[in-house]
Amino acid sequence: MEFLSYFGGVFEPVALALLFGGTIGGLILGATPGLSPTMAVALLIPFTFHLAPTQGLILLGAAYTSTVAGGAVSAILLKIPGAPANIATALDGNEMAKRGEGARALQLSFLASGVGGLIGVMLLIFLTPVLAQWALQFGFPHLFWIAILGVTVIGSLDSKSFVKGLLSGCIGLWLSTIGYDDIQGAERFVFFDALSGGITIIPALIGLFAIPQVIEMFAKGRRESKVESLEVPKYSFMDSVRELFSSIRALSIGTVVGSVIGLIPGVGGQIAGLVAYDQARNFSPLKDKFGTGHSEGVIAAESANNAMVGPSLVPLLTLSIPGSPTAAVLLGGLLIHGIFPGSDIFTNHPEVVWTFINSMLIGQILMVIFGIYTAAWAARIAKAPVPIMASGVLVLALFGSYSVGQSMGDVQIMLILGVGMYILEKFGFSAAPLVLGLILGPIAADNFITGSRIADAQDGPWVYFFTGPLNIVLVTMVVASIGYSFWTNMLRSTFADKSQKSAGEAPAE
Amino acid sequence: MKTLLKTATLSVAALAVSATMAFAADYPERPIGVAVSYGAGGATDFQARIVTMVAGNEDLLGQPIYILNKPGAGGRKGWNWFATEAEADGYTMSAYNIPHFIAQSIKGGVKYSADSFEPIANWGADPAVVVVGKDSKFNTMGDLIEYAKANPGKTTTSGAGLFVGHHIAALQIEKACDCKLAYIPTKGGGAAAMKAVIAGEVLAGVNNLSDAFRAREAGNVKILGVADLERNSFLPDVPTMKEAGLDVDNSSVNFRGLMVKKGTPQAVIDVLAAKVPEMFKHKRVASRMKAGGSPMHIMTRDEVKAMWAKRQDTLADLLKGL
Repeated sequence: MEFLSYFGGVFEPVALALLFGGTIGGLILGATPGLSPTMAVALLIPFTFHLAPTQGLILLGAAYTSTVAGGAVSAILLKIPGAPANIATALDGNEMAKRGEGARALQLSFLASGVGGLIGVMLLIFLTPVLAQWALQFGFPHLFWIAILGVTVIGSLDSKSFVKGLLSGCIGLWLSTIGYDDIQGAERFVFFDALSGGITIIPALIGLFAIPQVIEMFAKGRRESKVESLEVPKYSFMDSVRELFSSIRALSIGTVVGSVIGLIPGVGGQIAGLVAYDQARNFSPLKDKFGTGHSEGVIAAESANNAMVGPSLVPLLTLSIPGSPTAAVLLGGLLIHGIFPGSDIFTNHPEVVWTFINSMLIGQILMVIFGIYTAAWAARIAKAPVPIMASGVLVLALFGSYSVGQSMGDVQIMLILGVGMYILEKFGFSAAPLVLGLILGPIAADNFITGSRIADAQDGPWVYFFTGPLNIVLVTMVVASIGYSFWTNMLRSTFADKSQKSAGEAPAE
Repeated sequence: MKTLLKTATLSVAALAVSATMAFAADYPERPIGVAVSYGAGGATDFQARIVTMVAGNEDLLGQPIYILNKPGAGGRKGWNWFATEAEADGYTMSAYNIPHFIAQSIKGGVKYSADSFEPIANWGADPAVVVVGKDSKFNTMGDLIEYAKANPGKTTTSGAGLFVGHHIAALQIEKACDCKLAYIPTKGGGAAAMKAVIAGEVLAGVNNLSDAFRAREAGNVKILGVADLERNSFLPDVPTMKEAGLDVDNSSVNFRGLMVKKGTPQAVIDVLAAKVPEMFKHKRVASRMKAGGSPMHIMTRDEVKAMWAKRQDTLADLLKGL
């Protein structure tokens, strides 16, 4: 309970002002397409030069928590996931916004983020020493199997057809091989210069999700002479709270999956939301409603991506190893003030570390308050007439993909992928499995390459990748996941008539 | 006619000269970008942000410097971009990492070489060190080499990728001890390589001195040797490779500094070459760098030129057989 005695530091006037500023600024930066949490935190580092160490970290901690949650705003309202963490949020959230339930989706997403985030930070507070050992257990073979486990959910993610889902995933895996191989430096599929760095994830996300709907909107604008505008009803806060706690299954799945995956260095943040979404759907009786604007999808995804924030800092604070790109930036923020993370950081600099962690705790609550307050207002974006909406999203997509690396190459990649995705969607393929392939490809490939080099120096790949308790557990999960996919897929085709009937009934509700 | 032509040529030349002069006199009149070929939060990015933070002071450049991150492919993406797309007007500089970009250009497949760039000044030198886990049975370089000789190709040694400082150090150690290590390149910079050492996935690792220093402070690793000509002030108790009986020089030391594209007006280069080392020497820069555990090593343009040329030769020789 040591952390309680340092709460005073968070409520000093300067600290509190920074906390407010960091939270609001973080929400805005997070909601801006193209600005990932990593970039937002990096942008803030120079401001901390002029602050005391604790104050600087309060700013960074508050900004980190709120940018992750802020990413949900553009994912829900515009279907532009600002960072990989928000991909799963876009799937159901945007469908809800299109129905005029943007306010409800936003409120649920902020509440779910807050609950997941608080539990994640609590884990960081109480279980850091235990979790640090757990994080170290994941070596190259285990990360490889985790990536493969992620690949196994590709088929079932956001697709009407299992085979088309798998194919989309394969396209994503192929796209991920473009560019220089980071370890060995070999060039692959670099047909023009913009591709030499490979396909950067954020421009790809923007292109794959935003561009097809922009084209769709423009096409619609040409067909319909009358400009349609959506009614956006207010949604009561208490109703959202009630709905959140009635979806306790999705909430707990999201939080647990987010915390566990967030801990694994190098994998966590990117896939926590998607894996939680997939699991929440597997365990839900209303399986078929996922993807059609079902609130459980938003709750699972958002509770997972904020639950990951706390645990993702465990390897950084205890082992001095940044487990995610954002943690690497935070490491810079610590070093610049002469604070070296390590197992003794809690004894050497308790005031700094605990104030930082406490600020994340308070930041979660502030983030929920500001988020809820702005939700009703932000949701009115959906009222914008389609042509204006389409132009606005297009401008944000161009701006967002350029701002990642100030490079026109990224903008070209974004547009090409977007147009390609539009065509693929016409044939029933979808963006989410494709993006998952794009994210998981390099994780699987790099850990396999590095791991097999170690295996060659030891007892060979069979021993290295298939023995040891953790490997066996993961391989079993992979096999079970593949088996489950085939099983449900066969069930689905057997009872095809039945599910078609229930899908037909859904809009009548 | 001839005279007329001559006069015209002369006046054009004079105009060009005066234009350059005027340009240099005003330079810089807007903020200057520095392209960093690694991601935000990496050691190069982190240090570049610190050493450029006082650029806006009136007695220095008088204009702020901002950082552009162009990460990808171990730095190749950023330097390719700089060599082919950046303007040679002094308003876009780039951070260099030696030996990385020279080693990459020797291996080929990139659009740059040491001749594509003009060095301005060097700010830091981060030597490679050999680390082992805190419970490792190895306590000296001698122990490690003995094991490597007894078990050729079995001494797994992690490092951040191929053809970077860590790899060069491992190659030099192999050459000096006439033994075979198993170099394990990881993705994700030094952090992933360090984690592999701490978690015991590999027997040893080559890593940055600054990161290893922190990891030792945290009680996670032992540092066996430093691949430099002298002991480092951060680690006065750690012997150099030479002291440990291995003929390894400072070729793997990761030098970081600023450069511009070839073709930048000489007058602009002169302004930068005079002011940038002063900027690196600023006492706020020095105190921040020290706090972050980042060793500084300030070198002027001429010194850097000589260093580049020397690295080019050593690396070409070392990488020949690969």
